[in-house]
Amino acid sequence: MKPEWREWAAEARTEFPQAHSALLPLLHRVQRAEGWLSGETLADIAELLDLSPQYVQSVASFYSLYFKEPVGKKVVHVCMGLSCMLAGSDELMHQLEEKLGVSQGQTTADGEYTLLEGECLAACDLAPVAQVNLRYHGPVPPEKADTLLREEVSP
Amino acid sequence: MTQARYLLRNQEIEDIDQFEVYRAHGGYDALKKALAEFEPEAVVDLVKRSGLRGRGGAGFPTGVKWGFLPKDGRPRYLVVNSDEAEPGTFKDRELIERNPHQLIEGMIISSFAIQARQAYIYCRGEFLRGYEQLSRAVQEAYAAGFLGDNILDSGFALDIFVYRGAGAYICGEESALLESLEGRRGNPRLKPPFPAVAGLYGMPTIVNNVETIANVPPIVTLGAEWYTSMGTEKSPGLKIMSVSGKVNRPGNYEIPLATPLRALIDDYAGGMQPGRSVKCVIPGGSSVPLLMPDQLDTPLDYESVLQAGSMLGSGGCIVLDDTVCIVKASHRLVKFYREESCGKCTPCREGTYWMADVLERVEAGMGDEGDLAILMDVADNINGKCFCPLGDASIGFLVSAIRHFRDEFEAHVREHSCPMGEKVYDTANY
Repeated sequence: MKPEWREWAAEARTEFPQAHSALLPLLHRVQRAEGWLSGETLADIAELLDLSPQYVQSVASFYSLYFKEPVGKKVVHVCMGLSCMLAGSDELMHQLEEKLGVSQGQTTADGEYTLLEGECLAACDLAPVAQVNLRYHGPVPPEKADTLLREEVSP
Repeated sequence: MTQARYLLRNQEIEDIDQFEVYRAHGGYDALKKALAEFEPEAVVDLVKRSGLRGRGGAGFPTGVKWGFLPKDGRPRYLVVNSDEAEPGTFKDRELIERNPHQLIEGMIISSFAIQARQAYIYCRGEFLRGYEQLSRAVQEAYAAGFLGDNILDSGFALDIFVYRGAGAYICGEESALLESLEGRRGNPRLKPPFPAVAGLYGMPTIVNNVETIANVPPIVTLGAEWYTSMGTEKSPGLKIMSVSGKVNRPGNYEIPLATPLRALIDDYAGGMQPGRSVKCVIPGGSSVPLLMPDQLDTPLDYESVLQAGSMLGSGGCIVLDDTVCIVKASHRLVKFYREESCGKCTPCREGTYWMADVLERVEAGMGDEGDLAILMDVADNINGKCFCPLGDASIGFLVSAIRHFRDEFEAHVREHSCPMGEKVYDTANY
């Protein structure tokens, strides 16, 4: 457990009128600092919020944006929604897999990229659209896959 | 189209996401008017008379919903649903990213109307930019005295909290949203009781969509008669349609309700891409049945679209052209519901899984004669038998696709291949 987590937990408890609402914000904050949420981290968070580790585990596992294993510095979500499919997202995903040498769901060996399928990202006007660390990029036609991978990211 | 915008004002006014710019263009004047000239019940009455209906998809009259709150002295909450994730829908994202103050102004007026002292925005986890914009805008509203204690010396007090989800379509369902807001898994709750009676933290709660609340400031400023002068008697006012797919100008368009679907596609969205024709249209988000080319004159209001066999829903309009394989499109949509099913009830959890499985093999040319019957049987066992609306949403497009394009499904099975060819992507578009 990192010393600052205690402080963050206290802040999360008071950010919303009911302490119950603290869990998701705290998970977000710790993941932002750590990159992902290990079983140990989840147990620490449980302790900080007086919850059982099983409860925190079950909540964290429900939501797709909490990572239960290490991810790359750049997490790339390619939208696989119907509108993006019509604009070539399957081919975009294929190009990214080729260039990174991984399949969707995987992280490159150098720890730089994690490639993930995104469910409709609510940006069909930008189809085919992708997010890098939750920042939108689009349209990204398949032949621009390289450009997407070169995008600068802020932490 | 160059008509005035009342919701997507960002399309006319640059930087209206900035507090000063929003103020300079009359922002928060509706709030001043509401607090100075109206009693809370009068605002509820105004919204009732405007005929504003919920823009998240259900189309339930907003003022009537507000009227369901029990008058028993318990605290009440307003919760704004910004968990937009219905495939084809992207209007709330634009509103919160580009015009966040209008939502906040609408929330303050609406909270005054229902006498809530706390209001929440549940923002989709993927909307990081939207979350940042909302958080900043809320701070600016506090600094200007539009939030906090004794707002504009009216005696009314309100706090707004911005809460980030973490990736789950189901949290757009209002009771699942409330679960998530309370720090739990986003499983829907049994209804009744409805949120108006027992919602957030067990208290009476109104859950409204972003676009719904963004309508409130212009209604206060311009009046109920202004709103009812547009659209039809039962579907008055404005609706944002999100248009995507094979059109020249995909984007959000603010239309008077009852604008024909054809005008939306041709006049607003710039028509079909060169050489393409309409195969079918999903008019209201991925959960609704498709409309055929001979239905393009359907007016886009709740009643007319329903009469045409579909629903206006969230206004997410996906235009499919003649090169699109209907099996592949069906598979993509059903797969979405399979991924997003929360797993709580069996028909949805298992049904979406099996439909996606069968569709995948049919599309791959490995289907057999009985597969269509299996799909219809599974859909029938989902229809009306799920805990929440997600299950029914998963079959709307599929069942209508089988009905209108049975030949194409059968050809996949008979010829063991996709008659449309695999290619749906054309580099010429870029």
